[in-house]
Amino acid sequence: MDLNTLWFILIAVLFTGFFFLEGFDYGVGVLMPFLGKNDAERRAVISTIGPFWDGNEVWLLTAGGAIFAAFPNWYATMFSGFYLALLLVLVGLIIRAVGFEFRNRDEREGWRKTWDWAIFAGSLLPAFLWGVAIANLMEGVPIDAKMNYVGGFWNLLNPYALLGGVTFLALFVLHGAIFLSLKTENELQERAFKIAGRVWGPTVLLVLAFVVFGYMATDIFGRLGVNPGVAPVGAAAALLASGWFIRARRSGWAFTMTGLTIALATVTIFSGLFPRVMISSLNPDYSLTVYNASSSQYTLGVMSWVAITFVPVVLGYQAWNYWVFRKRVSVHHSGGHI
Amino acid sequence: MDALDLARWQFGITTVYHFFFVPLTLGLSLLVAVMETLYVRTDNPVYKRMTQFWGRLFLINFAMGVATGIVQEFQFGMNWSEYSRFVGDIFGAPLAIEALLAFFLESTFLGIWIFGWEKLGKRLHCVVMWLVVLGSNISAFWILVANSFMQEPGGFVIRNGRAEMTDFSALLTNPNLWVQFPHVIMGGLATAAFFILGISAFNLLRKKDDASRDFYLKSAQIGLIAGIIGSVLVAMTGHTQAQHMVATQPMKMAAAEALWNNEDPASFSIFTIGNEKNRDDVFAIRIPDLLSVLSYNQFGGQVKGINDLQAEYVAKYGPGDYVPPVWITYWSFRGMVGAGVLMIVLALYGLFLLWKGKLADRRRYLILLPFAIALPYIANTAGWIMTEIGRQPWVVQGLMKTEAGVSTTVGTGAVLISLIVFTLLYGVLAVADVVLMLKFSKVPTEPTLAGGEDDAKLLVSAY
Ligand code: HDD
Ligand code: HEM
Ligand code: HEM
Repeated sequence: MDLNTLWFILIAVLFTGFFFLEGFDYGVGVLMPFLGKNDAERRAVISTIGPFWDGNEVWLLTAGGAIFAAFPNWYATMFSGFYLALLLVLVGLIIRAVGFEFRNRDEREGWRKTWDWAIFAGSLLPAFLWGVAIANLMEGVPIDAKMNYVGGFWNLLNPYALLGGVTFLALFVLHGAIFLSLKTENELQERAFKIAGRVWGPTVLLVLAFVVFGYMATDIFGRLGVNPGVAPVGAAAALLASGWFIRARRSGWAFTMTGLTIALATVTIFSGLFPRVMISSLNPDYSLTVYNASSSQYTLGVMSWVAITFVPVVLGYQAWNYWVFRKRVSVHHSGGHI
Repeated sequence: MDALDLARWQFGITTVYHFFFVPLTLGLSLLVAVMETLYVRTDNPVYKRMTQFWGRLFLINFAMGVATGIVQEFQFGMNWSEYSRFVGDIFGAPLAIEALLAFFLESTFLGIWIFGWEKLGKRLHCVVMWLVVLGSNISAFWILVANSFMQEPGGFVIRNGRAEMTDFSALLTNPNLWVQFPHVIMGGLATAAFFILGISAFNLLRKKDDASRDFYLKSAQIGLIAGIIGSVLVAMTGHTQAQHMVATQPMKMAAAEALWNNEDPASFSIFTIGNEKNRDDVFAIRIPDLLSVLSYNQFGGQVKGINDLQAEYVAKYGPGDYVPPVWITYWSFRGMVGAGVLMIVLALYGLFLLWKGKLADRRRYLILLPFAIALPYIANTAGWIMTEIGRQPWVVQGLMKTEAGVSTTVGTGAVLISLIVFTLLYGVLAVADVVLMLKFSKVPTEPTLAGGEDDAKLLVSAY
């Protein structure tokens, strides 16, 4: 395997981690106003992700940095091309980050309502837009011979991309609801189970539609052939199984299943893209690939050593983080004490 | 204004805004860790309260740093895609390493610190804070690796139509990095020190009971010690940075001194009103010889002037204007150094009062301190403006001009929209930040820890 491929895999891993972890964060943020009937409950809902959300978000920052370092042309084309969409994502992430930290710092009703709204919108918007972005990457976008995106903003909001957005959103909400059923107790947990049960059906339908239309709108699924392999089949099976586990009230297993769905779906999409990183809808020769978009072999080599040394360390202490806060959050005793 | 000007404004605004919060994070994380260490060592509950009181202000600031940092990570691709293509082979690496080594460390352990008061032992909890300190300093280090490449590129060749890295260690041994990093870190320490001093003084003036007095006096002592160290070292490292600048970016120094023509020995400007078009002084007070002394630690020595450098650069790089905006470079330098000198004076006088045991009673001094919080902010901002504007027209010194780096496919309308959105959003966040800062710098100093206190209270104080 060459270094270009290794870095493609590493970036796929970073996105997998990001969607898995920040996926339930987004879900929790979107569900918070519906699940929490009063202030203490909303606060408890937020506390379930309190110690984690920033660490989870860094998966995205690292993925962004890794794309810049390993595939600068991909970084340049994608972020300048998806300019206004990315602006919306950034606005979402900003108000959400500040919302988490600021909401509990004042008791006034208006203050809390404002930040609750920021957390909700700031979770919904990126969850939806990542789906839009990924669907666009799968379909291909107008890229010219100089690797520049030549479409506009509205190009990005085509029907398949919108379907992608809703599908991602639904999947993250399901994942978040199950996470909440795992981390809360009593009434909140009841409600989380109920919502998970309700969201599951529509999510399955959306994913189905996303795949079926994907055969027409993209070449990703077509490339899979008659025997699609472990990842896509596993993703589908895990999604179906999660429904069963929700009904059986086994949150741990249900969470593992939606997690698997997200992870294996990401793997499927990335392997369908390979070796392309951005498909040109104008001319296949204009597509960005792991070869024409990459850094020099020297840079890829240096970065490989850095990644191999430090990724395990990061995984280690993030795991410890989840271990320290493994207990359920109670409404009467939630939050950090500072 | 075209897309290039707008993109510059946007970059300047978002980056200055981000750096408004960064220095306090750097310095205050360290001082909070020191307070917590004192608590672990002495078991004195006042240090625990201190850790929590200043820790809370730290967290409010940190949230803003994170929120504004996210923009930074993506805006090179958004607005400066040609720049990203040209130097991405080198420039991307430190950004990715920063995220992997620093942001993960900082964010993960800060989460543990906030929520872990009851879950971790005292010692372990303190270690966690030190890891946060480590994370924020590593972050500063790697971003300055990136910035130093822009100031003093090295370890690369031009190949395949772009700059490609040939020697990673050259990024790390970049001489600019090793004068810049200590200066930025000390700037951070000074920022936190004056922050603590100002708020403590404000409360010493307001509160007369013994408990608050003890609390804020102890805090002020820590602030004073850090303030002396920070403000003296920031000036000393700044001096080495200036000497380095004379050697490597003489045009920046010439602009910072409004030195139009070569001088030997060179004079130091106290106050200059110049005419940028004609490149001469309208009115100036200059101290003869001093600039040579500052530049080379000796009497005499030529310092190059703007006109001579311009001619030199035209010969070297071809026709063009190689003079940065002199007015901004000159006044931002004065702003920074002026603020730095005031900080040293204030810190030394405070130390004198402390030594005399009169710190808590010298009202006239205490009244000054809350206003002095502005000084490090002025210095930090002015310092960066000078560093970055003084390098213009280059985005990478001698290698790439700023105008060549802008995204070619992002239209004026799109940049205008994002500029307006960021400006409005940042404005609103600034208000929220100030509201909270003011509120929590006055909060009473009773213990706020769980264990024995009622839920209602917890709801107010908790994250
Ligand atoms: C509290 C903050 C603070 C204070 C009091 C000072 N500075 Fe500073 N300075 C900074 C914060 C800062 C900074 C924001 O951190 C900069 C911007 C870029 C950098 O490397 O550090 C900077 C840059 C900077 C540069 C530009 C270097 C370059 O472009 O290569 C010089 C020459 C100095 N400083 C010199 C000084 C001197 C002689 C000071 C004497 C009092 C001083 N600074 C006080
Ligand atoms: C955090 C403190 C910093 C501040 C306040 C700052 C400020 C600025 C300003 C005001 C400009 C605009 C110059 C002009 O248009 O004439 C600029 C340019 C630039 N700086 Fe910095 N900068 C900072 C640090 C950095 C760092 C650490 C990097 C690299 C990682 C960086 C990368 C750039 C780039 C790419 C430009 C070119 C775009 C432009 O000229 O507008 N800056 N910076
Ligand atoms: C000298 C300049 C800079 C220094 C010292 C610095 C340092 C820091 C520090 C200490 C933090 C922690 C949060 C906080 O600020 O409170 C932070 C956050 C951040 N900074 Fe900066 N930064 C600088 C400029 C930049 C630039 C130019 C970028 C863009 C490449 C950037 C990207 C980020 C990001 C993405 C975060 C959020 C990290 C998180 O979620 O924990 N920073 N930075």
